Amino acid sequence: MPEPLLEVKDLKVHFPTQDGLVKAVDGLTFTVQPGETLGVVGESGSGKSVSFLTVMGLISRKSAVIEGQVFFQGQDLLQMTNDELREIRGAKIAMIFQDPMTSLHPFYKVGDQIAEMILAHEDVPKKDAARRAVEMLGEVNIPQPEERAKQYPHEFSGGMRQRAMIAMALSLNPDLLIADEPTTALDVTVQAQILELIDHLQSEFNTAVALITHDLGVVAEHTDHIQVMYAGRIVEEGTGDDIYYKPMMPYTWGLLRSIPRLGHDTDRLTPIKGAPPSLIFLPDGCAFSPRCPYVFDECRLVQPELLPIDGRHATRCHLGYTDRQRILDEEILTRS
Amino acid sequence: MIRYIIRRVLWAILVLLIVVFVTYVIFFLLPTGDPAVRLAGKARTPEILAQIREHYGLDHPWYVQYLLFLKRAVLGDQYGWPGLGQSFTTKVPLKETIFGRIAVTAQLAIGAALVWIVIGLSIGILAALRPRTLGDRTAMGLAVLAISMPVFFLGPLALYIFWFRLEWLPGTGYYPLGEYGFGEWFGHWILPWVVLSVLYAAFYARLTRSNLMETMTEDYIRTARAKGLSEKRVVLKHGMRAGLTPIVTVFGLDLAALLGGAIITETIFNLPGIGQLTVQSVGSQDLSAIAVITLVAASFVVVANLIVDIVYAILDPRVRLA
Amino acid sequence: MTTVETTPAREAPKSGEPLLRLEGIVKHFPITRGIIFQKKVGAVHAVDGLDLDIYPGETVGLVGETGCGKSTLARVAMRLYDATAGRIVLEGRDITDLKGEELRNLRRDMQMVFQDPYASLNPRKTVGTIVGGPMRLHKTVPRDKIKKAVQELMELVGLNPEHYNRYPHEFSGGQRQRIGVARALALRPKLIVCDEPVSALDVSIQAQILNLLSDLQDELNLTYLFIAHDLSVVRHISDRVAVMYLGKIVERGDRDDLYAQPRHPYTGALLSAVPIADPRLAREKRRIILEGDVPSPIDPPSGCRFHTRCPRSRALAKADAQVSQPWMPRCAAEEPELTPFSDTQVAACHYPLDRPIIVLDPS
Repeated sequence: MPEPLLEVKDLKVHFPTQDGLVKAVDGLTFTVQPGETLGVVGESGSGKSVSFLTVMGLISRKSAVIEGQVFFQGQDLLQMTNDELREIRGAKIAMIFQDPMTSLHPFYKVGDQIAEMILAHEDVPKKDAARRAVEMLGEVNIPQPEERAKQYPHEFSGGMRQRAMIAMALSLNPDLLIADEPTTALDVTVQAQILELIDHLQSEFNTAVALITHDLGVVAEHTDHIQVMYAGRIVEEGTGDDIYYKPMMPYTWGLLRSIPRLGHDTDRLTPIKGAPPSLIFLPDGCAFSPRCPYVFDECRLVQPELLPIDGRHATRCHLGYTDRQRILDEEILTRS
Repeated sequence: MIRYIIRRVLWAILVLLIVVFVTYVIFFLLPTGDPAVRLAGKARTPEILAQIREHYGLDHPWYVQYLLFLKRAVLGDQYGWPGLGQSFTTKVPLKETIFGRIAVTAQLAIGAALVWIVIGLSIGILAALRPRTLGDRTAMGLAVLAISMPVFFLGPLALYIFWFRLEWLPGTGYYPLGEYGFGEWFGHWILPWVVLSVLYAAFYARLTRSNLMETMTEDYIRTARAKGLSEKRVVLKHGMRAGLTPIVTVFGLDLAALLGGAIITETIFNLPGIGQLTVQSVGSQDLSAIAVITLVAASFVVVANLIVDIVYAILDPRVRLA
Repeated sequence: MTTVETTPAREAPKSGEPLLRLEGIVKHFPITRGIIFQKKVGAVHAVDGLDLDIYPGETVGLVGETGCGKSTLARVAMRLYDATAGRIVLEGRDITDLKGEELRNLRRDMQMVFQDPYASLNPRKTVGTIVGGPMRLHKTVPRDKIKKAVQELMELVGLNPEHYNRYPHEFSGGQRQRIGVARALALRPKLIVCDEPVSALDVSIQAQILNLLSDLQDELNLTYLFIAHDLSVVRHISDRVAVMYLGKIVERGDRDDLYAQPRHPYTGALLSAVPIADPRLAREKRRIILEGDVPSPIDPPSGCRFHTRCPRSRALAKADAQVSQPWMPRCAAEEPELTPFSDTQVAACHYPLDRPIIVLDPS
């Protein structure tokens, strides 16, 4: 296996608050290979966004206790100074966010905002940066990029704004693009445009992509490797085939049964019982145990490890493999 | 934009007409005595009174006087354009008086404004960047203290300390730059500027702090950091730029109001500005002067409102003036 | 060349009268300009000629993206806006121009559940007041029996009746949406318009609310107009589906037929765009990616409103050597009528689709 691009080891991000210690990320370990697309699935509170904000260095040490290691191209980002991190941010690792309307500065022209990023990392004349900004707008299929570069964000439609953000993020040809719910705020046809754009640019620039979303459909269509997060940890990871046809963890089962899926018609959806976990008062054992239909005593006492099943398919669950296989065959896969 | 400006100018004119109208109504509704008597002074014979009334147009009903005032203001009178008439008390043409007074008040207002902007904004920014630290809490505490100390308290206190006891600074009065040296001129301005700006600096510090704190939580700040920009750039170019717009608006209006006369400051420090003139004119029921002062002060505010709205639209490209 | 149906099909009338009939609904929002006197210089064509019948007991899903006018249509149907033109008929009664008292009484028959559970509940009122309010206002329940009625409703929607005196902020998003549903049910309406009721909720909560709506429909014999942009959700809950684009319905039909074989290229694009949580099905999906953005409803395109972005029109134009524009001339010149494709499906297209987008029965 080639050297991973990003290697996160036992990352913990805890926020001290008035109500208690919020353990947003609690022992997260994963890798991203160069050029691959990683799908990070979870609901709100799963820690999927916080973990990547921490990778980017956007969670300040004043507001959170951060432990663990985040190796990017061999170097631990968590040990770097702010200046060193700033050099990497934008140039090597770029991030785009959910709401393009509020993520671009409303008072500056779009072209200038892109050029600003280029100028922050490279010592080039302003005119060059401006020209490259226009080129990038063209790369993301924005028509008439010269005129558009001189416009303000509010003059762009939602889809175009997200394209502009992608253009900005990729302008320095980063090795890793983190996309945090990039299409949640967009219409479905625009979402398809944006996801296809990301796919296309990824292969053209050979960028690795971390696609963070709650949408299991998006992840099924656009990712190579998927990790399902719950309460700040990975509970299952694998390829698309693993997750959708051989899921081995009750939370994944719960997710798949609770969403309306084209091609899997049901009369009633089966929601996951209970409510999302409080990140302050996590149970001693498995974080999912309060809501798990197959829970038994050990689950409540001991936290399960993330153990491999097959290749890169791994799960975090105490249930025996044969038991899970049986449940899968009898209850999960029969519904479609 | 042009359409918008035209509409605003038309409204402005209407507002000014109403303001002066209300001034006249108040003046004539209040039982203040007969202006003609005051103008006559010692020689108060009925013939002289009648003469005075005729000369000043006091024999007309108040609404006619109002209209006459307007006519003269727009078309000019024996003293030139705009026809502001003469003061009832000093009998000096108001046109010269007013401009001279405006000059003094302007020096006061602009000087103080520079001080409060620099101090207020710097403290505000620093406090916003270190929220809930000792420095922040101290700064905001001092700000509250400053807001609680009005000019009529701070002024005499400052004079007592710095002029009377320590003799570091000269006393009250206005020493124009043309006739006196820079030192004299400046020395007499320090206390008025500082005293007047204390209150405003405190306000602006609090305003800047809360604005900037809110702006720094916006998504585009996170994007700016994600781009790898230096923190200084993130705060100043991205944060302040957005947080500045409400401050600019408030500043324009504050400055305009001050230009209409900083009554208390001018009185305490004996500065011959519009504020001082206002006090004198009201005290002596000088309707002519009052009408002109009101018109001038209202004009400042109305024009400032228009300018501030336009500036806001320039600063914030999302604002479409309709 | 595209095949044309040789046997003209007619949309078969459903049995019985529709509960709600919308005929020729038009809603324009004027745009004014002027220095002193505002003059109308244009209009936003939010809804531009729309017909829809909703029959008792069914769920009609209304799908479309931003700017298609579906929310405006919902509000016009509910008489929250006045229609610029057209007729609204509820159970045979023309309600288009009702005012005052009669309009208020209408609220007993039609209610709405809104999208944002955080914004649609008054934060200063307790749940009891919110849900009981309509009963008090319309005097449908005697005052001393209101609390009990409200608590029954709360139980019906899955809330703890003991929380009668709590405020909205004490509830989660999903629970707040249940409060919204309870409020909508307070007057026992016949029709409930759900305007994107689950879009703002977490995935696992969506399922709960969808199940709730489904159960309530069976129990209380409700009729739903369900507005959403998520085609998977719409498929799950609807009997019939209507697709809107720039103020008009471009396709309408039975759910299974429409999803199996959409006729209008926009429906096809919508279906293609929905991410499928099944990698194999996703791989077999036909990809139709629309270009550009939705045109402004102030100045809709001529002819078929979709022609500027229609991949079908483009593909045909490209293939046809005689056509020099990027789309078929008929599409730009002539607005298509809603033509039937079966007795349950109609679409407005000159060159309708004839191949499925997704294969829903991979057996």
